[in-house]
Amino acid sequence: MIGRISRTTAALLVFAVSVFPVYWMVLTAFKPTRDIQSATPTFLPIPITFDHFGTAVAAKGFFSFWRNSLLVAGGAVLLALLVALLAAFAIARLQWKGRRGFVLMVFIAQMTPWEALLIPIYVIARDTGMLDTLWILTLVYFMMTLPFTIVTLRGFLAAIPVDLEEAAQVDGCSRGQAFRKVVFPLLAPGLLATSLFGFITAWNEFAFANVLIIKDQDDRTLPVWLSSFNNTFGTDWGATMAASTLFMLPVLLIFIVLQGRVTTGIVGGAVKG
Amino acid sequence: MTLLAERPVRESAPAAPKRRKRPVLPYLLIAPTLLTTAYLLLYPLVRNVVISLQEFGLPQLVRGDARFVGLANYARVLADPEFWAVVRRTLWFTAINVVLIMVLSTLVALLLIRLGKWLRLLVMGGLVLTWATPVIAATTVFQWLFQSRLGVVNWALVALGFEEYRDYTWFADGEATFGILVALIVWQSIPFAALSLYAAMITVPQELYESARIDGAGAWRVFTTITFPLLRPMFGLITCLEVIWVVKAFVQIWVISQGGPGQATTTLPVYAFQVAQSLQRYDLGAAVSMLMVLLLVLALLAYFRQLYRQEREA
Repeated sequence: MIGRISRTTAALLVFAVSVFPVYWMVLTAFKPTRDIQSATPTFLPIPITFDHFGTAVAAKGFFSFWRNSLLVAGGAVLLALLVALLAAFAIARLQWKGRRGFVLMVFIAQMTPWEALLIPIYVIARDTGMLDTLWILTLVYFMMTLPFTIVTLRGFLAAIPVDLEEAAQVDGCSRGQAFRKVVFPLLAPGLLATSLFGFITAWNEFAFANVLIIKDQDDRTLPVWLSSFNNTFGTDWGATMAASTLFMLPVLLIFIVLQGRVTTGIVGGAVKG
Repeated sequence: MTLLAERPVRESAPAAPKRRKRPVLPYLLIAPTLLTTAYLLLYPLVRNVVISLQEFGLPQLVRGDARFVGLANYARVLADPEFWAVVRRTLWFTAINVVLIMVLSTLVALLLIRLGKWLRLLVMGGLVLTWATPVIAATTVFQWLFQSRLGVVNWALVALGFEEYRDYTWFADGEATFGILVALIVWQSIPFAALSLYAAMITVPQELYESARIDGAGAWRVFTTITFPLLRPMFGLITCLEVIWVVKAFVQIWVISQGGPGQATTTLPVYAFQVAQSLQRYDLGAAVSMLMVLLLVLALLAYFRQLYRQEREA
């Protein structure tokens, strides 16, 4: 009995600690400024206001930052999917010399400490005239998500029986047709899940967006804008938290869509390959 | 899934007898990946090495006529006491974070196993929510939580009777800022570690626990004699990953303190960036980041060894 009570208490404590910061963010975003600034904070969303969201959305450049983030993350994911699908097919379905070396290379690339490459990529971007453009960010995010995409797609492909393809080929399909008509529809959910995780990586990235977009402030992405929100809005914490909430929203939606795959997919992808 | 073990791949087409020549298709399929990796990963890495061997400041960035100086940048960095202070701080920061992450995650995973269905789903839901929180959003929220005048943490501490925390400015004090960064990184890292450990723990056969309990073993003994030895490879893998992630943690530190106040929270990646960006000594920054890569390679080698072992045992 005592064990059970202490377990329940511990569980509630873990839940409270993991949820509180996010709860506090959303709560602050909906609180009237008067309540945010009162000496005794309130812990329930009564009354609520949408003023802060209005302030955040009305901020200069909000929509272009939103669009930039979407463009960069979306572009990177599409490129990664296209390139990774080819490579994943070669690993999962074909037998060739150098396959093991290639897989090892992908695993090593996945562990790249990108933080150590800020300086050379800044220099390269400057030399090639890509500094302050969304192109360079798209390319960097493309490379960041590529290894993970290959590893995950290879896993999904390997789970689709080869027999299905063979049967299609016996029935007169070419190899390409067999892939398009049989494998691709089965692979679609895997493609979706993989691309959404890649999207989150690119959507959240800050370090490169901060270094590579300097002069042209209109080309900034949401994370950089959010980090400078304090400067933009002074001490308006309501608006800052509203902006954070809006920024987190797409990521949260993706996690909800993929709920089952979150634990198995990410854990499998990151740890076991 | 396997890393190194060969999976048998069947010839898909009915094997044609004359198929002796080397197939081109696989190499065409991996060509885009190879080209991309060469240009966007290998080239920057090589470029970093080159810059670290050159005299490369603002004039060279603009004019592009950097000259080679051999290992002079490394010699200068390694002779700088500030660099060693940063290394010590990085190791200390990593040790505190990783120990806290591993201990707390293990406790959470052990708790998850013992919970009923509803409570378990509740806790897991909370963990996934934390996991889904973008680094930048979490960092901004922590700044707000620890705000001096209106922050809820100061309010709670004062309400609990710690009067000295009224309007306490956390971010003006080096150790306090360090502590907040540890709290932030541990908070963000626990979901992955705890859920992975939990996923591994449920694979341990129940009979082992039961027989241990019949023999009168307590919870601690069950953990040290059954759970931990069985899951040692998993613990090893996650520890390696966490070490790598904490060493290269940049965004949280940069956004909250830019390495300050003073140098209190300057770890290696932050230091490399400071040197390059603020002093515009790209050469020294590149040298520092190469030294960091060296440190990470050690952790990576340990990681791959664990991975390889686990693949073989699996």
